Order: sequence, then structure tokens, then C-alpha cells
Amino acid sequence: MTTVEERPHTGFGRTLRKEDVRLVRGKGNYVDDVRLPGMLHGALLRSPYAHAKILSIDTSAAEAAPGVKAVITGETLKGLGLAWMPTLSYDTQAVLATDKVRFQGQEVAFVIAEDHYAARDAVELIDVDYEPLPAVVDAKKALEADAPVIRDDKEDQTTNHIFDWEAGDAAKTDEVFANAEVVVEQDVLYPRVHPAPLETCGSVADMDPVTGKLTLYTTSQAPHAHRTVYALVAGLPEHKIRVISPDIGGGFGNKVGIYPGYVMSIVGSIVTGKPVKWVEDRAEHLMSTAFARDYHMRGEIAATKDGKILGLRVKVIADHGAFNATAQPTKFPAGFFHVFTGSYDLEAAHCTVTGVYTNKAPGGVAYACSFRITEAVYLVERMVDVLAYELKADPAELRMKNLLKPDQFPYTTQTGWEYDSGNYPKALQLAMDMAGYDALRKEQAEKRERGELMGIGVAFFTEAVGAGPRKHMDILGLGMADGAELRIHPTGKAVLRISVKTQGQGHETTFAQIVGNELGLPTADIEVVHGDTDQTPFGLGTYGSRSTPVSGAATALVARKIRDKARIVASAMLEVSPDDLEWAGDRWHVKGDPEQGKTIQEIALAAHSTLELPEGVEGHLDATTVYNPPNLTYPFGAYICVVDVDPGTGAVKVRRFIAVDDCGVRINPMIVEGQVHGGLADGVGMALMQVMAFDEEGNHLGASFMDYLLPTALECPSWELGETVTPSPHHPIGAKGVGESATVGSPCAVVNAVMDALKPYGVRHADMPLTPAAVWEAMQGRPIRTDLAIP
Amino acid sequence: MQVPAPFTYERATSVEHAIALLGQLGPEARVVAGGHSLIPMMKLRLARPEALVDINDLGGELSQIRVDADMLVIGALARHADLLASAVAGEHFKIFHDAEKVIADPVVRNFGTVGGSLCQADPAEDLSAVFAAVDGVAVLRGPDGVRQVRVRELHVGPYETVLEPDELMLELRVPIRPGGGSAYEKVERRVGDYPVAAAGAAVWLDGDTVREVGIGLTAVGAEHFAAPEAEAALRGQPATEESFQAAGRVAAEHCNPSADQRGPVDYKRHLAAELTTRALRRAAARARGQEA
Ligand SMILES: Cc1cc2nc3c(=O)[nH]c(=O)nc-3n(C[C@H](O)[C@H](O)[C@H](O)COP(=O)(O)OP(=O)(O)OC[C@H]3O[C@@H](n4cnc5c(N)ncnc54)[C@H](O)[C@@H]3O)c2cc1C
Repeated sequence: MTTVEERPHTGFGRTLRKEDVRLVRGKGNYVDDVRLPGMLHGALLRSPYAHAKILSIDTSAAEAAPGVKAVITGETLKGLGLAWMPTLSYDTQAVLATDKVRFQGQEVAFVIAEDHYAARDAVELIDVDYEPLPAVVDAKKALEADAPVIRDDKEDQTTNHIFDWEAGDAAKTDEVFANAEVVVEQDVLYPRVHPAPLETCGSVADMDPVTGKLTLYTTSQAPHAHRTVYALVAGLPEHKIRVISPDIGGGFGNKVGIYPGYVMSIVGSIVTGKPVKWVEDRAEHLMSTAFARDYHMRGEIAATKDGKILGLRVKVIADHGAFNATAQPTKFPAGFFHVFTGSYDLEAAHCTVTGVYTNKAPGGVAYACSFRITEAVYLVERMVDVLAYELKADPAELRMKNLLKPDQFPYTTQTGWEYDSGNYPKALQLAMDMAGYDALRKEQAEKRERGELMGIGVAFFTEAVGAGPRKHMDILGLGMADGAELRIHPTGKAVLRISVKTQGQGHETTFAQIVGNELGLPTADIEVVHGDTDQTPFGLGTYGSRSTPVSGAATALVARKIRDKARIVASAMLEVSPDDLEWAGDRWHVKGDPEQGKTIQEIALAAHSTLELPEGVEGHLDATTVYNPPNLTYPFGAYICVVDVDPGTGAVKVRRFIAVDDCGVRINPMIVEGQVHGGLADGVGMALMQVMAFDEEGNHLGASFMDYLLPTALECPSWELGETVTPSPHHPIGAKGVGESATVGSPCAVVNAVMDALKPYGVRHADMPLTPAAVWEAMQGRPIRTDLAIP
Repeated sequence: MQVPAPFTYERATSVEHAIALLGQLGPEARVVAGGHSLIPMMKLRLARPEALVDINDLGGELSQIRVDADMLVIGALARHADLLASAVAGEHFKIFHDAEKVIADPVVRNFGTVGGSLCQADPAEDLSAVFAAVDGVAVLRGPDGVRQVRVRELHVGPYETVLEPDELMLELRVPIRPGGGSAYEKVERRVGDYPVAAAGAAVWLDGDTVREVGIGLTAVGAEHFAAPEAEAALRGQPATEESFQAAGRVAAEHCNPSADQRGPVDYKRHLAAELTTRALRRAAARARGQEA
């Protein structure tokens, strides 16, 4: 008989997620679960108009309603200097509107009542007299001379122009284009979509009138950054602010910024002296919180006749909504869009991005986009397919021909990125082998003969994640470095404190595994503390796939500090010189004598004991660090999507999806695959069904889950995942980050597949979402503007 | 959290009790069955009934699905899931299973009811087209007794029916005739979505001739969810692909779709033709016993 030894899990590899013990049992603790004694409830009145003057607001009936404690308007806030707040992009945003409303769903007044029902009922009793104004809905028309000026609150703002920004070498690019044999141009829209996390945004503010300490439970992906911003905005001393992000039900960038509702719960608590909860509903969330994308792009690609890509040029109009509240590193108002040269070896590239105001909700970083890389990848991968269409080339072959070669790494792109490592052809070849690419093409040819529409879409992406080097990257002046603290208790159990904040990604497991891998401790013995600014070191939070590249590195390094300390303690225990010890994965032992060793647990006890410690250690076993990444990391992947299109209805069925991802070293492959699954589903959603469109008055046409569609298991095929592993050379454990890879790479694979299916109809491009109607229209030769109301 | 405006709530213990409550509470009272149309509208404050009369305890009386002589009888309180699972419904009218498979999602189907669907009179409701195709009859009861109304005469406009405020729908009756087959075809943007357009068809064949036909359409602005002109065009014709396509064209001509985020008018009209043709094709194949 053989017996299986039950050993606790240590280090990298598949292991169940520690957080799921509570999450799958419904024992999570979300903001809306927070109930404090005496807590009051807030609700917002929102604008029914996209653009209107506020003539008057009468709150008397609401104030007299049963259970109502206070009604706050922009006028009240004005007196406190709080009617406007800074955004993360050096603009201002109205907390509550005073002069005008600038998008449908904008915050106008705040009611505080004994319960949520009373607050909602009272909201209806507020009487606002509006004078409707014409709305700017089409970003492409925002800069026309007769467009109404949205931000007349700002001195010197006489148009709807926000910024112009460019990257690359314009002259060199012009030259490459002028001399190229083939130049193809294409308008491409990445429509406005919404992250739509299942948990909407909310907060509970508790201002203690005695101590002056504010505790804010809030849906934040970046609790430390939020604390600092509140300190700057409200003039509260930073040590008297504690931001707690409890369990977060999805963020996707939507919970990076600060919303008026959060501020109003704080104001409400100050005004009433009681804790105030504010949690928005689904419609409010979809209408008012950070959207994503809304990039109107004109791409041009230059190539030789035999398909060598030479250059890329793109002009973008970026719709930022009514307030520029996108969260981007200061130097990069268009985020990392200039990574748009993608995975290819080009001679020149140039992009310009013009940001404009429209009468829509503010935001713009959100939705797993790695700071606009989603738009960039979509653009280049669409352009490569458009080129393949014109050259009658196979899209996979065309890519293979132009992908960067392994020996070109580290590679500096035409717009200045330094790609750290990669083997692109290998990933694409693996995806093609998994798909059975040649057989699929054969099947497609046979089907075309019979009038059946089948499409094979190929996309390759390079991501740039882990922002970022402090010298270049910051949010509102706060450098993007993150801290970590690790403490080993006397019995060898550990507590890791990190600045990043999981919204479901599994940090409590992954980060424990990193510590376990460095110190040989079981995953179960490491508690990960996060999401509470009083308990964790400073750092900028979780978005842009930065947790593993930045905080993961900090965690590995802080564990290595502990290991170094442990070596000195072990040397005292074993009465040898530290130089005579070697690390064996879970213990320090005397070189050449594995029997003579001490585990971290043994060392931890000794470090807290009466043992006399040598020079260089103070006792106990703990360490702190701050990690400032030397570069971003560059995950990549090759995706192939197979679709069938019903020629009679335009309905698209995703039959297969092959995703080969290279995110460097995989800490927990199961969690990586989960991230990829989610991102692929997202991609199918964006490609086929999601858009926030507006009618000509600026009414939001997708403010519920009946209109803004999330994909279900039935739209998703059984994902076929593959991996290659090209470690990042500069990351302590060679990991690159994967949170957004699939969201970045998949929409284009799906769209390319549908366009490939529609080739017999002479369709080269149609914009997302490819609903049955949009596909049918493309087949009729008239693609539509998917971001406007369907005429 | 979206919360409705204030309302009162009563739970009916019998059909008589429900009707009496509706009478006492007046025209601003509403029946709640599955609640999957009414409650969302209340939460959005698009509907503001002053009182709800919950009929969920009347399942014994109102949720059976059975054959009574030459009638298939479906209780108003039968859930979508009951209809989907009903062997007897599927045996006589495959269209019910076709449609129920693509109505909403399992959670909604476990609660939403057949009667609620028809009384809601949403212009994109699937079952309205289904019952129009099979020419079902609704049995209604009010304080003055019972009356029967063809489903094709039940709806007077979007979200409007002929029901009086104190009338309850009890059941639906569908005549069973030999030689028939039926089918339902729907295009949706995503599973569980209301249709972009959908068509249901029931045909009865005499050999290769269409003896009788019913065509239901939803989400395309077809009056009473039916396509009588297309039915007339097909009745007595050979059951061929050409006839079905011709009927599809007539159905498309006579409907009146409106543009929205599901699609433009001409696309919906195109779907009315395409889906009518497909439904007829499949219904005829089933009538011939050629297709499951
Ligand atoms: C997420 C979602 C997806 C959906 N998708 C679809 C879809 O794809 N296709 C589709 O057709 N429908 C769809 N629906 C609608 C669904 O079919 C209906 O909501 C539902 O089944 C209506 O029945 P109910 O019992 O829930 O009605 P309720 O909401 O309880 O009632 C609806 C109306 O009917 C009245 N009423 C109910 N029963 C009676 C009765 N016996 N006598 C008199 N009046 C009565 C009520 O007073 C109310 O006015 C969807 C709904 C949801 C929530």
C-alpha cells in the first residue's frame, strides 16, 4: 500500500484561492455590508438632461419629508468650497452641479435620511427648474465652430478642446508613407463601453466628531491615492483619514477615480455627525461612473507590395465626456496609446490624440485597458487585417512575416517603449497549431462554396504593464512605486502588508505564494493584509495590470530581505559565519551539510528569543521595502477566434477561441487562466454586444443590463488556452502581469473573425459591437455609427 | 439599490379573494404573479401601483398544463419553466418549447408566468407571438364572471390589454387539431435578451397543401402580434419553400417595426420575412413528421 503524504502547499503552482473560502460562501464583506450604529442613508438626485442650465432648485418638500435629515445642493457646497473637486487629470469636476448640468445622470442634490427608502422618496420631491441646452453628443463634431461650449465654467475655455498630444516622428513617418508601395486608410471606432462590475460604487463615511478622524469604507482600487486626494481636496489632515476598501466586487478601472457620491457621504457625515452610507444603483452606475474607450481613430498603414509593414499613422479624437477625469500618468494624457505600433518591426510611426469634451459622463481610463493599450492594440490589429484584405494575404502569414524576432529584444519601438523580452513567432505558431489553422482555412473555403459564412480571426498583442518607473509615471504627482511590509511571527507564520487592492484577482493567494516561494513557508501560513490605509504601506493601487509587476516585485524583494536577515540569525544559531550558509528553498544550512540547517520557522522563533544576535540584526524578523520598477513589463499573446455567421440574420456565433498568453513566470496558473477566461468573455462582450450609445439629445441608451449586455456562458465557447513563458529580465521573479491581457487582445480577434467571415460580401471593416443588425448592415455595404442612436 | 415608491401588499388565498381584493383596492392595484416584469418597472418607478395583490398562492388552481378534450389548457400561473418542461405541451405544439428555450434565462423562467407575460403586453414579448400563431384563447374572470378572449384580441397597444382592473387571467386554451406542426424562430443580441425580432408559425397540412396556418410576430410592430395577410396568402397554397418565402415577404410588408438599439427598420423588416420563412419551413417539416 502506498500512502500519499498530505503536504501543505508552498510556493508557485495551482492551489485554491484563499479568499474563496469566504467569497463562495457569501461571507464576503462589501461596502454595502457595512452597517454602523446610527448610520444614515444618502441618495443622489441626478440630471435628466445631458446639457441644461439650472435656474432654481427647491428642496423644501424634500426637507419636510418623513425621515429626512438634510438635503444638500451645490449651493450648500459652494459655501464650503466643495462644489467642485479636482479630477485625476488636473481638470475639475462638479461634486453637485451649480450652474449647469453637463451630462445625463450628473449629480445635482444629495438627500440624507433615516433609511434608503426615505432618501429615495425624498429625492423625487426636489424640484429643479432646468433650461435645456443643445447637447454635444458626437465627438467628431465637438470641435465644430458652432458646437455649444460645455465647460463655460472654466476661464479661457472657449471650445470643447481639452488637449492635443502626439508621439513618434511625424516627418520620418510622412517620408515612409510617401515612398511606400501600399498605403491603406481606415476609420476605426472603439466605442464607449462600461466596466460594469457587479458591485456598483458606494461608500460609508464615518467622521468621528470627537477625534476628528474620518473612516471611509469605499469601493476603491487605490485606497492610498484616495486618502491623499481627500486630504488635498477637503483639507483634512492625512493622518486623520483612514480609507478602507473591503471586499470589492470587480473594478476593471471603474473604481480608480473619486466620485461625487463618495465626497457627498463624507460631507453628509460631517453635516449630520452620523455615519452616512451612499450606494448607487445599477442605472446610476452605468450612467455616471467611469466609462472606457470612446476613441475615434483614423489609421493608416504603409507597406510593400509583398507585405512588409513599414509604418503606421493614426489620428484620434478621444471623447472624454464633460469633465476630464481620466486617470493617466501626467506625461501621458492619452495613456499608453503610443504603444500602438504593437508587435511589429516598423520603420516609422506617429500618432496624434485630441481630447474633447462632450455631454457624456466623465472617465476614460476604465475597463481593463492598461492605460489605453486596448485601443492601441485594436487599432494596429485591425489595420494589419485591413492591409491583409487589400493585399489578399493570409492574416496569420502577414503577421508572422512582420512580428518582432526573438533576437531583437530588448527592442525599442518607434515611439520610445523598450520591450523587455519576447518570442512572438513561437506564440503565434503555437496558437496556429492549437487551432489547426490550415484545416480551418480549408473548411472555410469549402463552406464559402456553399454560401456558408465562417471566419477565422487572428490577433497578436503586446501589453505594457506595471506602471511604472517613478521618473516617468505618476498619478496627480504621486509616483507609481509601491511598498510592502513583511513580518514573520515567532511561530513562523507571516503577515504581508501591501498597497495594492484586489477586486477579485486573488491577491491574497498569489502574494502569499510569492512569499512562500521566497521563504519556503506554506501558502496557508501567510496572511495578506490590504485595502486599509492604516494597516498597509503607501502605494498607488491595482489597475493597469500593475499588482504583480510592481507589488509582486516588492513582495519578492521584502521576502528576500527577510531571508538575508534570517541568514544572520541562522549563523548565530548554528555558530558559523553567514558566508558559510547556503539557502535550500526553505532553510539556511551549512554549505555541504544539509543536515545542519534551520528553517525560517526555527529562525523566526530564535529571532524573537533570548538568543544573542550578531551585529547587523536588531531582533525579530520583519522588513519593509518600496519598489520602483526600472521599466514596464511586456506580456504578449496570440489569439485565434473562429466564428460562424448566419447569412440570413447576421447573428454571430463564436465557435472556438484559442488564446496563447505569455505573461512571463506564472505564479498560480489557475488564477492566470481565470484572469484570461474573464478577459476573453469581456472581449466577446465588447466585440459583439456592448456599447453605450446616445441619442441626439444626449440621452443614455444603455443604462440597464437589459440594454447594456454582459456576455453569458452561452456566448462563450470553451476557451482553449496555451502558454509560452518568456520571463521578464528585470522583474525579481520574471513575472509580467496578466490581468488585462485577454481584454486587450480578444476584441480584435473576434472582430477580425467576423470581418473574415464577411469577406465574400466585400466587407473590410465594421465597428463594434457586431450585433446581428450591425453585421447585416455591413453585409448591405453600409456600416453604421454604433455609438449613436440607430436611425 | 433601486427601490419602488411606497405601496401596500395583499396575498390572495383564492381566485374569488383576488378579484374581491382588486375590486376593493381600486384601479391603482395590480396583480403580481412572477413579478419579473412588474417589479423591475416599479423599481425604476415607471410603474407605481398603490397596492399589489399577490396571486402566487393560487398555483393549485392556476398553474396546471393539461389536455381537456380537444384543448391544450395552460394555467395563467404556469411558470415559463413549467411550460418548457411540459411534455404534453411539447407533444402538441413544439413552438412552446422552441420559444421557452429562448425566453429570458433560467432564473426568470423559474418565476415569470405565462399569464404575466401576456398581461404585460410588452411589444417584444415572445409568448404573445406564440399564442397568436396557435390562435390561443385567454380565459378571464372578473366580478361578473368568466369571459373568453382570443389572444389576437387581447392586446390593445403597448403594455395595454382588454383586461379590466379587477379581472384576472385564469388560463389559456389552445385548440388541438390533427396534421399540425409549429415552430418559433428568434434573433437576439444575446441569450436572455428580448428579441430583435421573432416569428412563430403553426401549419396544418392536407397532404402537400397548407390547410390552415397561424403566424405570430413580435418586436416588429405587427398588430396583435399576428400576420393575417401572410396567413391568407399561404392558406390553400402548396407547402413549398416558394410559398413560405412569399408568405414571409407579405408578413414583412405588413408589419411596422421601429428603429432602436436592436436595429434599424429595414433590418427588422428583413428579419420578419426571414424568420417567418424559417418558422414556416420548420413547422411544415414537423407537420410531416420530418423534423423533431
Ligand atoms: C431578465 C429578463 C429577461 C427577459 N427576457 C424575456 C424574453 O427574452 N422574452 C420575453 O418574451 N420576455 C422576457 N422577459 C419577460 C418575462 O417573460 C416576463 O417578465 C414575465 O414572465 C412576466 O410574467 P410575470 O409572472 O413575471 O409577470 P408580473 O411581473 O408578475 O406581471 C406582469 C403584468 O401582468 C399582470 N398580471 C400577471 N398575472 C396576471 C394574471 N393572472 N391576471 C391578470 N394580470 C396579471 C400584472 O399585474 C402586471 O401588470 C424577461 C424578463 C426579465 C426580467
